[in-house]
Amino acid sequence: MSSTLINGLFVFMLAAFIGFEVIRRVSPLLHTPLMSLTNALDAIAVVGAIVLVGKHESRLSFVLGMLAVIAATSNIVGGFLITDRMLKMFKTSRPTKP
Amino acid sequence: MNTLPVTQPVIEITYLVASILFILSLKWMSSPSTARHGIWAGEIGMLLAIGGTLLQHGIVDYKWIAIALVLGTCVGIPLGLVQMTAVPQRTALSHAFGAFCVTLVGTAEFYLRSPQIPRFTMTVLSTEVILGSLTFTGSLMAAGKLQEVLPQRPITYKGQNLVNLFLLAIAIAGAGYLVLHPGARQLFPLMLGISLLFGVLMIIPIGGADMPTVISLLNSYAGLSAAAMGFVLDSKLLIIAGALDGSSGLILSIIMSKAMNRSFGNVLFGAFGQVQATAAAGQEARTVRSATAEEAAAILSAANKVVVVPGYGMAVAQAQHKVRELYDALSKRGVDVRFAIHPVAGRMPGHMNVLLAEADIPYDRLVEMDDINGDFPQTDVALVIGANDVTNPAARTDSASPIYGMPILDVDKARTVMVIKRSMSPGFAGIDNPLYYLDKTLMLFGDAKSFVNDIVRELAGGGS
Repeated sequence: MSSTLINGLFVFMLAAFIGFEVIRRVSPLLHTPLMSLTNALDAIAVVGAIVLVGKHESRLSFVLGMLAVIAATSNIVGGFLITDRMLKMFKTSRPTKP
Repeated sequence: MNTLPVTQPVIEITYLVASILFILSLKWMSSPSTARHGIWAGEIGMLLAIGGTLLQHGIVDYKWIAIALVLGTCVGIPLGLVQMTAVPQRTALSHAFGAFCVTLVGTAEFYLRSPQIPRFTMTVLSTEVILGSLTFTGSLMAAGKLQEVLPQRPITYKGQNLVNLFLLAIAIAGAGYLVLHPGARQLFPLMLGISLLFGVLMIIPIGGADMPTVISLLNSYAGLSAAAMGFVLDSKLLIIAGALDGSSGLILSIIMSKAMNRSFGNVLFGAFGQVQATAAAGQEARTVRSATAEEAAAILSAANKVVVVPGYGMAVAQAQHKVRELYDALSKRGVDVRFAIHPVAGRMPGHMNVLLAEADIPYDRLVEMDDINGDFPQTDVALVIGANDVTNPAARTDSASPIYGMPILDVDKARTVMVIKRSMSPGFAGIDNPLYYLDKTLMLFGDAKSFVNDIVRELAGGGS
């Protein structure tokens, strides 16, 4: 067991706990936008794909990387866009709100 | 490269800041008043992370990166502009895209590094590819079912679970062999292919009503596969984002499975959605009372408190805007109108909330099941629009019912119940609903949208 592995497991464990605690508090009202937002955030996998394209180590890795960047970018753009559209719609009837 | 010692810490710091922003982004989603800050945080985090990555040592091909980013944006914009009623299938599709990306990167990494892959790396790499590929095909199937390109009815056959488990076991065994012998390149496509097949077979037996749980579960799988990719690439940012997404999906699937009274183990193994159409045969012909829009309007306008219970039928009929007109018309007459939201109403978590918010219904009028159930005895009219199983009192009373034990909205406790429904045909799960035969229940037969429209017209024309 290398130390990078141990570090990774620590990070994973802590992030999972933070995720549980933070997301438990999300109002059920917002579960749909929550899912589209996590979807957009998850598309951070694009960084791995960018490296594959940018390093161009083999033809296979380049082609797969290109497709991966396209797929992830569409999730980033589409995910943030639709989350924003959804959240804009949530209005309260209380007139005090801006 | 004498710039290397400088850029590496810079990159790491952009990743650190991006991680913080991602966590804040989710934290701000806890309330509608801060949620839009969450989007900004997420977007800034994402830009930072991508910017940092571009600084990375060894990246030479910026032109193609730019082309791919532009192409991805072109695909993403239409996906961000779909109609609100199409959000469930859009979400399933984006799970598929995310998983597709992870699978491709995993595959590329395998062929770049094989046969020099340490055992641990190969373990997480196989996890990444198996989870990613089954999520990819599974999500495509789910999207197909939600878009009704594929049949929504569950398709089951004998020994289905056994076949599925067997396939998964082969894929895992393949992964095990690869961990020990990472040079066995010919085994990799087999593992990939079986996982892709497993994803399809996993979703085949699942019906539309179970989609909220399935979408959440696929969300979780997509996150976990991204976290596994983070281990492969030794990227803490990816591990964090994947873990956040994974736990989010897991929490949602737990909430959904509780709301359907299914055990969590049942959900994890995907062996669900098999509520058989135990046809309510041998029923004596029971009578129902039906009413016209005019009568319904009269009862509604005489009420003090009305609770509307929306379901998937409202989404299908696109009736949310008409429901808003009804809400306005009744509110103007001083009727207190609220909406009761069952956690699994619709096809994904929070589906009804988004549709009603789209129709400009204030979100403080949308009340969760546990908060509104106590109010039904004091409610004059419960108006059920396109919901069925979530209002079925058999879940409380009939231990022989397939949905026995599922938490429901206690609409039968309201003084009058009105149900807008196209016909008496049973709901998705094929379960008869005793609610319809109660003396206090009035069936309003018709399309949800046009019937609500008729009620609104009666309210407007019927004098003040």
